Amino acid sequence: MASGQQWVLVEMVQAFYEAPAYHLILEGILILWIIRLLFSKTYKLQERSDLTEKEKEELIEEWQPEPLVPLVSKDHPSLNYDVVTGFVSAVSGHISEEMNLPPSHKIIVNGKECVNFASFNFLGLLESERVKLKALSSLKKYGVGTCGPRGFYGTFDVHLELEERLAKFMRTEEAIIYSYGFATIASAIPAYSKRGDIIFVDEAACFSIQKGLQASRSFIKYFKHNDMEDLERLLKEQEIEDQKNPRKAKVIRRFIVIEGLYINTADLCPLPELVKLKYKYKVRIFLEESMSFGVLGEHGRGVTEHFGVNIDDIDLISANMENALASIGGFCCGRSFVIDHQRLSGQGYCFSASLPPMLAAAAIEALNIMEEDPGLFRVLRDKCKHVHKALQGTPGLKVVGEPLAPALHLQLENSSGSRTDDLKLLRAIVDYSLDRQIALTLARYLDKEERFLPPPSIRVVVTVEQTQEEIERAAQCIRQAAEKILK
Amino acid sequence: TVNPDLTELYIRRLIQGSGTEGSSHFLQEGQVLDHHASCTSLYKKPFVESFEETPLLVAVLTYMGYGILTIFGYLRDFLRDWKFEKCHLAREREEQKDFVPLYQDFENFYTRNLYMRIRDNWNRPICSVPGAKMDLLERVTPDYNWTFEHTGNVLKDVINMGSYNYLGFAENTGTCADAASECTVKYGVGVSSTRQEIGNLDKHEELEILVARFLGVESSMAFGMGFATNSMNIPALTGKGCLILSDELNHASLVLGARLSGSTIRVFKHNNMQSLEKLLRDAIVHGQPRTHRPWKKILILVEGIYSMEGSIVRLPEVIALKKKYKAYLYLDEAHSIGALGPRGRGVVDYFGLDPSDVDIMMGTFTKSFGAAGGYIGGKKELIDYLRLHSHSTVYATSMSPPIIQQIITSMKCIMGEDGSTLGELCQLSENTTYFRRRLHEMGFIIYGNNDSPVVPLMLYMPAKIGAFGREMLKRNIGTVVVGFPATPIIESRARFCVSAAHTREMLDKALNAISEVGDLLQLKYSRKNRHGNEGSDSFSFLESHQD
Repeated sequence: MASGQQWVLVEMVQAFYEAPAYHLILEGILILWIIRLLFSKTYKLQERSDLTEKEKEELIEEWQPEPLVPLVSKDHPSLNYDVVTGFVSAVSGHISEEMNLPPSHKIIVNGKECVNFASFNFLGLLESERVKLKALSSLKKYGVGTCGPRGFYGTFDVHLELEERLAKFMRTEEAIIYSYGFATIASAIPAYSKRGDIIFVDEAACFSIQKGLQASRSFIKYFKHNDMEDLERLLKEQEIEDQKNPRKAKVIRRFIVIEGLYINTADLCPLPELVKLKYKYKVRIFLEESMSFGVLGEHGRGVTEHFGVNIDDIDLISANMENALASIGGFCCGRSFVIDHQRLSGQGYCFSASLPPMLAAAAIEALNIMEEDPGLFRVLRDKCKHVHKALQGTPGLKVVGEPLAPALHLQLENSSGSRTDDLKLLRAIVDYSLDRQIALTLARYLDKEERFLPPPSIRVVVTVEQTQEEIERAAQCIRQAAEKILK
Repeated sequence: TVNPDLTELYIRRLIQGSGTEGSSHFLQEGQVLDHHASCTSLYKKPFVESFEETPLLVAVLTYMGYGILTIFGYLRDFLRDWKFEKCHLAREREEQKDFVPLYQDFENFYTRNLYMRIRDNWNRPICSVPGAKMDLLERVTPDYNWTFEHTGNVLKDVINMGSYNYLGFAENTGTCADAASECTVKYGVGVSSTRQEIGNLDKHEELEILVARFLGVESSMAFGMGFATNSMNIPALTGKGCLILSDELNHASLVLGARLSGSTIRVFKHNNMQSLEKLLRDAIVHGQPRTHRPWKKILILVEGIYSMEGSIVRLPEVIALKKKYKAYLYLDEAHSIGALGPRGRGVVDYFGLDPSDVDIMMGTFTKSFGAAGGYIGGKKELIDYLRLHSHSTVYATSMSPPIIQQIITSMKCIMGEDGSTLGELCQLSENTTYFRRRLHEMGFIIYGNNDSPVVPLMLYMPAKIGAFGREMLKRNIGTVVVGFPATPIIESRARFCVSAAHTREMLDKALNAISEVGDLLQLKYSRKNRHGNEGSDSFSFLESHQD
């Protein structure tokens, strides 16, 4: 081998001697040219402008930006929010003794007393005296704010207790709390899924999931809502893709992101099938349970308990503490291997002030109530079925959602073709009901930002506090309104 | 991996070091870099910010420190791989061993081998008001910081130099706490709906009117989380075809918001007006890349006080540039609102400027007001637009009533509407001046503006991060220490947040402890005393105290 190389070298030197002069000169020039190219300054295309200073000044003078925000018309339907206040009631007939009730089961909307069919206060804990007292005693001990993120003296003993309690309640190894429900799943997704990874998402996924997907900068593949065949098709496609480049496939993380009970459609995800697909295609499942936590299952543990799926089969569960728990914030739970990673990578966790201790204390007390009285969930389930049944047959409106979903949608059977007009019709029904002491609300979306904009609808929320009579009255009221307005 | 980055930085640093050492330029840099206002006419009072150059020897030693840690890290990983050393890391489930790993091993190299050694300095659990003094739960670790156990003891009355309690409103008694508990009784703690649906309480509206009045703007809007105020509203303001010019040291929430907006993002050097102006000029002259269409709009993102540097934004110059180039200005006053200015109205008040010159005034309630959440203030059209298009108003649960009440009461207190005087504001600025002056005198390198209550003290070496935090806690003082990745790799630091609630006695106790630990760990790096203090009138106090 070595002698062979020597030969080549000798030949080269020989060739050099034999080459004609013009050849050597040409090569010399070429070499010099290459050296020049190597050492010449690189320039950006942008900077190679032949504009003089004066021309630049003119361009700057000329440029007119768009206004910061487009003008909003003063009578835009959602510009003026409904104003809600608490309730002042006389205690058991004594006019002199007044009691303040928080805006929960009964509220005053724009000055009108109403029964609340709109807040996600499923378990009626918004006005729980116990929760309030616990919050008050926490306030006495810690004050209101935490004045810092978790890392910098913003970790309170209540936070640790709440995390432990949530983990225990959900029967997972670990839980982590966020100070804002919306930020929970939106921070959790990008903590794991990075550029180049793949996320399979249900088309009906809520907005905070969509923001998490966007922040992760991963490849997003949407499958049709609850359509397992469509999901499997995408997974198979990916499998074929992987076989082409197995080395790359080894480092691409894959996730399925779903909701337990979809807020936009009020139906359940087919969790057992999803778990099967998970193991078949080796994809991790992230499950958002804001609507199902504290609602579904014997003990309110959510959709895993409802289907009897082993909770360890779900890689990450997130939910907010703003609906059933009636406090503020959100949490993620799962195995420590998964959850602990967020303590350094969850942006909304690391870089935000921690949850005010009194709100954490309120959530703990709410958990206590849930643990002490699993009957709550049965009551809620019965009420949900009742409402679902009572709303059937409303002329012109269809009920969208499962009978056990606590937040249903009423959609128009026949759309007028224009979203604005549809919304006006539905708003008229809401206003009609507000006048008759039933508080409903339109489901609100950002029309331009939603990936798949759900059709306009009225939200009907069931809580354990609604009585048989109130439910009947609400259903009747909606029926009348529909008859009158939709004709 | 960490290693190539380190080496690269190290080499770059060496080149820079050797490149400047011979020149006279280096001597100049070796002293204090006092950025005197370049456009003095814009400033009504001296604007003094110092970022003393890292001494070369310290820089070299710091890199060596990281080098040694990295080598040891690899060694330990090797031992763990071969099961010589017990691995405490949580493990993947057996059933999922053949899945693609959830996070790459090397991503965790830093966590496992560097952060884990000094992890006890963060997340220290507290069990009292985060006021001027606080109680900490005592923790011990049986396995070198992999797990912690609470002993059940409480470290009482630790002086709190870490919480952002600038005006001392973190209290469990007094008017704010009383008002908040009254509000809890009346409204409960939760809301369970969004502002646009049925979670818009009269309290929310009351707060927003007050905030607008406080800021001196037409209208305002409040949100439940400071971080989300940035990340969920910037996307409502800019989009494709827009340009965002962002300070390199902007907070993660601003960066995330800018990224979510889909706009083009360009970064200018920290508080460097030449850099900002160059970007603005180039942007307008050249338009969008490739298409060369003009930008739809340009938004400048800056913060009032930068929480890791303690520097104050050069707002008068930024406003001048913004006006000259017709850009819009987004000012994040997370740390400055309440903490700066004769009336506590933040950095605009500090410079005596007109709030209407800032297009978007953003800030948080977490710090000075001792509550939680954030706000945006500005023209009525802006706020009306946000009421319709902010992600937060449509999809996020609205703010908790007692939190709102805490803000309302504390804000009225700052505005003097409850009959009290502006005692806190004077106290804060006095404390800040005193604390910064004393640290200077002791010979520490501290960063930032003379008037900023955020005081970073440079530690540089990774081992000193842990040592400083622990030694200070031994002396019953709670401080925040930060290192990479929150700071540049060699600029690890301790950070103090001065509060109006600190008494002179507490500050003296803290200062004595800092000095003691500073001697112990040899942290008094500053060479300013040796060179005298030419070119800086405002440091004249050094003359009276040369040691």
